[in-house]
Amino acid sequence: MIKLEKLSKVFETPGGGSVIAADQVSMEVPEGEICVLLGPSGCGKTTTLKMINGLIPKTSGSIWVAGRDTDTVDPVELRRSIGYVIQQIGLFPNMTIEDNICVVPDLLGWDRKKARRRAGELLELVNLDPAIFLKRYPKELSGGQQQRVGVIRALAADPPVLLMDEPFGAIDPINRGVIQDEFLKMQKELRKTIAFVSHDIDEAIKMGDRIAIFKDGHLVQYDSPDDLLARPRNDFIASFLGSDRTLKRLSLLKVSDVMLGDQVRVTAQDDVARARDMMQEAGHRNIVMVGPRGRARGFLHLNDIRDVTGRVEEHFQALPTTVNVDDDLRTAVSRMFRHDTTWLACVDDDGFFKGFVTQRAISHALGATYRDAAQPAEAFAEAL
Amino acid sequence: METLVFIGQNLDVILERTLQHLSIVGVAIGLAILTGVPIGILITLNQRAADIVLYIASIIVTIPSIALFGLMIPVLSLIGQGVGYLPAVIAVLLYSQLPIIRNTYTAISNVDPALREAARGLGMTPMQRLRRVEIPLAIPVVMAGVRIAVVMNIGITAIAAYIGAGGLGVYISRGISQSDPRQLITGALMVSLLAIVSDYALLALQKRLTPASSSGAGAGH
Ligand SMILES: Nc1ncnc2c1ncn2[C@@H]1O[C@H](COP(=O)(O)OP(=O)(O)OP(=O)(O)O)[C@@H](O)[C@H]1O
Ligand SMILES: [Mg+2]
Repeated sequence: MIKLEKLSKVFETPGGGSVIAADQVSMEVPEGEICVLLGPSGCGKTTTLKMINGLIPKTSGSIWVAGRDTDTVDPVELRRSIGYVIQQIGLFPNMTIEDNICVVPDLLGWDRKKARRRAGELLELVNLDPAIFLKRYPKELSGGQQQRVGVIRALAADPPVLLMDEPFGAIDPINRGVIQDEFLKMQKELRKTIAFVSHDIDEAIKMGDRIAIFKDGHLVQYDSPDDLLARPRNDFIASFLGSDRTLKRLSLLKVSDVMLGDQVRVTAQDDVARARDMMQEAGHRNIVMVGPRGRARGFLHLNDIRDVTGRVEEHFQALPTTVNVDDDLRTAVSRMFRHDTTWLACVDDDGFFKGFVTQRAISHALGATYRDAAQPAEAFAEAL
Repeated sequence: METLVFIGQNLDVILERTLQHLSIVGVAIGLAILTGVPIGILITLNQRAADIVLYIASIIVTIPSIALFGLMIPVLSLIGQGVGYLPAVIAVLLYSQLPIIRNTYTAISNVDPALREAARGLGMTPMQRLRRVEIPLAIPVVMAGVRIAVVMNIGITAIAAYIGAGGLGVYISRGISQSDPRQLITGALMVSLLAIVSDYALLALQKRLTPASSSGAGAGH
């Protein structure tokens, strides 16, 4: 847990003036969550972050890290108990990768062998082969590889809290996406409490359990990404999030969040009359046909079977595409547009039919405020 | 030809004087490292102190060696060491301060601020930072300063023969006073040879002390 209470920082400038880099910032990052500090350049993100591990002395206010008031802890001990990743990576060029990773364990006086073994394990965690990389020097690594090492160096002594200042800022966009995904995967298991500085709104939405938006040293809004995008507190936040903020929410929501029931389905052997009845009863114009074990195999359109008889297998069409229940809505929408359809069948990893999503249900979810979220989603199945 | 014969006949004396020469330079440089490196590190903490120290060190270098020896005679005579080995060592020690202090100071203050921040952020104390990061990174540049000091002072030590410090300078001073080109050339030759050999030896040492990462970049060319 990280807790800031009325934290302020005033820099005295040489000319005799002063800059308020952080103004009465109060916030709490719950155990195991990633909080992204976001805002325009010079708004005080780095200053706030560095006050947490005492690299910048605070002017007033208080800070708790993992339950301890940082004023009561020796700064050197405090920093060893907090992982720290900087944008410039800062690997020591005079040390091998192994020694770089083991810096904090060595400072803490851990058993050397145990620390080196852990260095190898950590490298594997970020998909770098220990046999190749342990004995190399930082210069012999690509930027992305160095950045990965910078992250695992912060994790080496297994600190409960991690501070990251634009950790993936120096990497090209493609690699950045890969590292972000790797990091999120790691975080799922490690459950560290993380303060993460970024100036990239998309990164913040992707990485953050919560986002804190700063302006001129003030914390303006502190909310989950979805709440932030759905309900920006003022014009500054709205314009900072961008005019496409509604679309940005697509990547936050999963197909399973807006998916409708899987009970309306037929098998190949069913009579088309039965399919027709089911569609009419449910008010759908399409119905999915599943295989003997429940895999999505095809579908029937009401117009095609109004006047026919026989079994479903004689009349069904192949599904143009499906979407995984774990995919985000961005993926779902893009498939709908690509295949010019207003609905998609949803399947799990093994292809079993789980339900369907419609364009109406998605636009409803995006437009949803908390008042009308209670409205039954089934009302939006009519597009089917 | 005559000189070669002379060298051939006096190998053992030449060797002795070379060792004398080396001992003056070696001892003085050793002491200069022990004093100059800590001074160079300390002055990174205070810009004003750095300016003053570097200024004094530069002034010392501008004093001609003969004058420096002359200045030391009355002072050191008080402890009965006005001439000979001690003033020679002190002179070399003083002349070496500038390159060693300046290179140490430059190297330490040029350590990438990001590395310093990383070291601090990971929980190193100022001493640990110095020992584990800043000094290792500064070593190549400090060594370059030591090389300059050694080469420069091998020449200066030759002049110390005039105050009875011995060394290869004896051949040069005698060669001049006795109008004996054989001794003069032998002395000059040996002094130059010593400077070149020391320079190469120290360069090799410097390369060994440089972290593989930085020398790796150089090897690529
Ligand atoms: N050492 C300092 N002395 C004086 N002013 C400072 C100092 N460090 C930061 N500031 C000022 O404090 C404000 C906040 O700086 P900070 O580095 O926290 O911004 P930031 O949000 O991290 O910006 P960026 O996205 O550009 O990194 C800025 O106005 C900056 O100029
Ligand atoms: Mg910053």
